[in-house]
Amino acid sequence: MSAQGLSTNNLSVFYGEKQAVKKVSMDFEERSVTALIGPSGCGKSTFLRSLNRMNDLISGARIEGEVWIGDKNICDPHTDVVRLRQRIGMVWQKPNPFHKSIYENIAFGPRYHGVKGRKQLDEIVETCLRKTALWDEVKDRLSQSGLALSGGQQQRLCIARSLAVQPNILLMDEPASALDPVSTAKIEELISELKKDYTIVIVTHNMQQAARVSDRTAFFFLGDLIEYDDTQKMFTNPSKKSTDDYISGRFG
Amino acid sequence: MRAKTVDRIATAIIICVAGFIMLVLAALLGYLLVRGLKHISFDFLTSAPQAIKVGGGIGPQLFNSLFLLVLTMIITVPLGIGAGIYMSEYAKDNKLTAFIRLIVEVLSSFPSIVIGLFGLLVIVNTFGFGYSLLSGALALTVFNLPMMVRLTEQSLRNVPKEQKEAGLALGLSRWKTISSIMIPVALPSIVTGSILAAGRVFGEAAALLFTAGMSSPRLDFTNWNPLSPTSPLNPMRPAETLAVHIWKINSEGLAPDAPEIAAGASAVLVIMVLLFNLGARWFGRVVYRKLTASK
Ligand SMILES: Nc1ncnc2c1ncn2[C@@H]1O[C@H](COP(=O)(O)OP(=O)(O)O)[C@@H](O)[C@H]1O
Ligand SMILES: [Mg+2]
Repeated sequence: MSAQGLSTNNLSVFYGEKQAVKKVSMDFEERSVTALIGPSGCGKSTFLRSLNRMNDLISGARIEGEVWIGDKNICDPHTDVVRLRQRIGMVWQKPNPFHKSIYENIAFGPRYHGVKGRKQLDEIVETCLRKTALWDEVKDRLSQSGLALSGGQQQRLCIARSLAVQPNILLMDEPASALDPVSTAKIEELISELKKDYTIVIVTHNMQQAARVSDRTAFFFLGDLIEYDDTQKMFTNPSKKSTDDYISGRFG
Repeated sequence: MRAKTVDRIATAIIICVAGFIMLVLAALLGYLLVRGLKHISFDFLTSAPQAIKVGGGIGPQLFNSLFLLVLTMIITVPLGIGAGIYMSEYAKDNKLTAFIRLIVEVLSSFPSIVIGLFGLLVIVNTFGFGYSLLSGALALTVFNLPMMVRLTEQSLRNVPKEQKEAGLALGLSRWKTISSIMIPVALPSIVTGSILAAGRVFGEAAALLFTAGMSSPRLDFTNWNPLSPTSPLNPMRPAETLAVHIWKINSEGLAPDAPEIAAGASAVLVIMVLLFNLGARWFGRVVYRKLTASK
């Protein structure tokens, strides 16, 4: 395991009495895309959100087991959650830009983390907007509200925002499911581009999307990790029957 | 067809009710202004009242109302927003929090005369602040704080939770997320809450009778030393506000033109509330735009 490698070991998540994720152990490949698929309610989001301790915000949520990033178990109560989250970007299903200008949406994070100077911030903003193929569309209106953009643009702005604090890992929870087909295609293209630099974990309920963008796919069912393998193999020759049933649309 | 008829009837009723309310409000405002405006002059707004002679003004009372407003808001707004943030973002969901919430609810429906008596016993006598602007401001804080807390808490809860998560996911601290991401979104509702609280300061009389007092010492508007007893800025002096003044001259005014003064003062009060409302809303909008880059 290298310095930034991400993995879980017997990770369970409970909401009160209810166990939403059951002893899941997974190794994520660096600089590649891992898709989490499974019927709605099977614990994909819960699992994803435990990778950056976002479930801490939900009262009654409890984690057992380990999540390793490099040589640190981030479930350790002594973990500096604020520092941790800086290294892990997150993108939600519904685009959620800050109620601030396009420029501020991106500059806010790095400025908070100590990047001073207009010139450096300008550079970060431009780099991040270029990475998300948004620069040409918004470069003339950086001072406008991020909310004035279209849904697809907002989602790319949110991705750009998370890149601005230089994470190693990107967590995406159905990032394209609220978008139109054209915007979806752009996001997928972007993901394929970003995996050169980031370890990406993406939840999706869209089989074709998983097949298109991911290198590895994990199939969850009722909180259990049923099968985890190369995407190619998962979609052509899965070893578990329920995986096959789900992928070929026989349930879920 | 039937659904359509029901829809029409419902619409008609709603329009009637709305129209009726508008009418009542317009009539009320019109009556107050028509009766009062003709007594308002520069002299009326700036000169001191007369005990038994014609021609007294409301200068000190007007000033007292404004000063008390500022003083109260300086205490209420930070406390209210702070406690609202605590209740919404930091307090654990347990019995104690539920109990605090209950107390806040009860307090917010307390009759103001009771608050006035509480102010007299505790603030004026026990703390020894005497009849003073400060006592009045503290009593009004007791009166307004619950609403401020509840409105702040509610407006923060109404901020989409994805905003908060986005802030935290960037590695912002909890406080930074609240202060820079959530508060700007909640700002319009918080401003509205502050305006409501301020309106109650202008209009309140009962809570002030025994706290800020019913008399105004001779003020020297050239003396700006806040420690001097004749300085308008001294927060430890008794101060009759406009609302209290209206109540007083209506019940025991000896000046022959007392009814006219009351009418004039009422109109001034209404205009002040209106102006303050518009001003605060404008200010809130400017700040909101500045913080959120919205149009
Ligand atoms: N905040 C919560 N409180 C209680 N139960 C929850 C909460 N969030 C999700 N759950 C439950 O946990 C299970 C997994 O949910 P989730 O992770 O959202 O599934 P998915 O993302 O795969 O649709 C579901 O049964 C859901 O009802
Ligand atoms: Mg989900």
